[in-house]
Amino acid sequence: MGLDISLYKKVNGFTLDVKWKIGKEFAVLFGPSGAGKSLTLKMIAGLIRPDIGYVFSAGNAYFDSKSNLNIPPQMRHCGYVFQDLALFPHMKVRENILFGAKGLNHDEAAGRCEDLMKRFQIAALHDKMPSEISGGQKQRVAFARALIRRPEMLLLDEPFSALDTPLRVEMRAFLKDMRSEFNVPVVLVTHDFAEACDLADNIIIYSNGNVMKTGAPAEIIADPEYVALQSYLNQCAGYSSRVLNLNS
Amino acid sequence: MDSKVLFSMKLSLQVASVTTFFVVIAGVFIAYLLAAKHFRGKELVDILFTLPLVLPPTVTGYYLIILFGRNGFIGSMIYEWTGWTIMFTWYAAVLASFVVSLPLMIKTTRAAIESVDKNFIDASYTLGRSRFETALKVIFPLARKGIIAGAVLSFARALGEFGATLMIAGNLPGVTDTMPLAIYSAASSGDWKSANMMVLLLTLMSVVFLYVANKYSKRII
Repeated sequence: MGLDISLYKKVNGFTLDVKWKIGKEFAVLFGPSGAGKSLTLKMIAGLIRPDIGYVFSAGNAYFDSKSNLNIPPQMRHCGYVFQDLALFPHMKVRENILFGAKGLNHDEAAGRCEDLMKRFQIAALHDKMPSEISGGQKQRVAFARALIRRPEMLLLDEPFSALDTPLRVEMRAFLKDMRSEFNVPVVLVTHDFAEACDLADNIIIYSNGNVMKTGAPAEIIADPEYVALQSYLNQCAGYSSRVLNLNS
Repeated sequence: MDSKVLFSMKLSLQVASVTTFFVVIAGVFIAYLLAAKHFRGKELVDILFTLPLVLPPTVTGYYLIILFGRNGFIGSMIYEWTGWTIMFTWYAAVLASFVVSLPLMIKTTRAAIESVDKNFIDASYTLGRSRFETALKVIFPLARKGIIAGAVLSFARALGEFGATLMIAGNLPGVTDTMPLAIYSAASSGDWKSANMMVLLLTLMSVVFLYVANKYSKRII
């Protein structure tokens, strides 16, 4: 009851050709910029149409080129957190979260919103504009907005990339707590190997539009090919000292 | 104030207000289609709506006569059904102002809509919101500065419209003589007092409108 995808897409001279399957687990798409990680997320969410392939979530077909099925993003029940968070600058914190409550009646939406704001410790910010809150608070608002509809999966496109290191560590802890509360498949895109190892049940390593390797963090590090893999990891931004720390 | 001047001023403001109302509705809709949709002939549609911006107003007026005159393509059908023609009425002045103002509204609004970050639109879709809801609650509010600037520019353009109005509405004293037409009549007949007053009024109003438009469009134009 997870996520099963096969995607093929040619776009501006770049070819994405990937196939993977996850259960209700925390999967991390890891690789350098331009490897096709964010493109994969957008195709899962229905924001970009693949040329060929399929996307199955919890047994439901979202996209299948064979039967010409393409469910629009509005109907896919994906919680999506964007790299820049995409909080609507003209809406207050509470309005931003409630904007995600499409299809819920007023009382249910308000109840869920209050509950999420309490859990994520942002209740006091309900009438603030996004421009008036900190980076970490914005992250929490974006997560609350993505979760209010209780999505079938959570897609996170480098949501911590703009944060400094202490805040990244704090947000990773927040994400782990959140993960234990909301039992849905999570797919996180990152080019930070330490972050990938810290969070993932399963790492899917991307290279130039293909899946290079898949496995649990411990399996990948214990793999005899890991030394060879290190030269590739070295190319990925944000890697350098972090992998050395993992080795030690 | 002279009753003729007062009438012309009232008529000009009435024509410009009604024109702006329709220009905003049509302009936002067309600008959204041009900015967000991909369809065959899109550039042709853009050229068609932009044409009055570069055509001499008399040419635009001539086209309007061909279309809406009593024997025109659309005008003849209206006349056949209702026995009424738009020619030489203040509605004709609205029609002329609408056609020449619309490109300003479309250009300004389209630029504003295209400048909305695509991630906001994608975020709205992933949150279950339809294209219509996304346009209404995300795109238009974020493009509001451009929309307001377009509306103000359109109002100012409608207020100063002369050539196309003269062609289709004529210059009937007490009926269709908007301020630009009344200024022309006053100057032609040597009524410099009225001409001076109306020129001063129009200049002042234009300065105010440009100031407002600039204030709202700093990020757009």
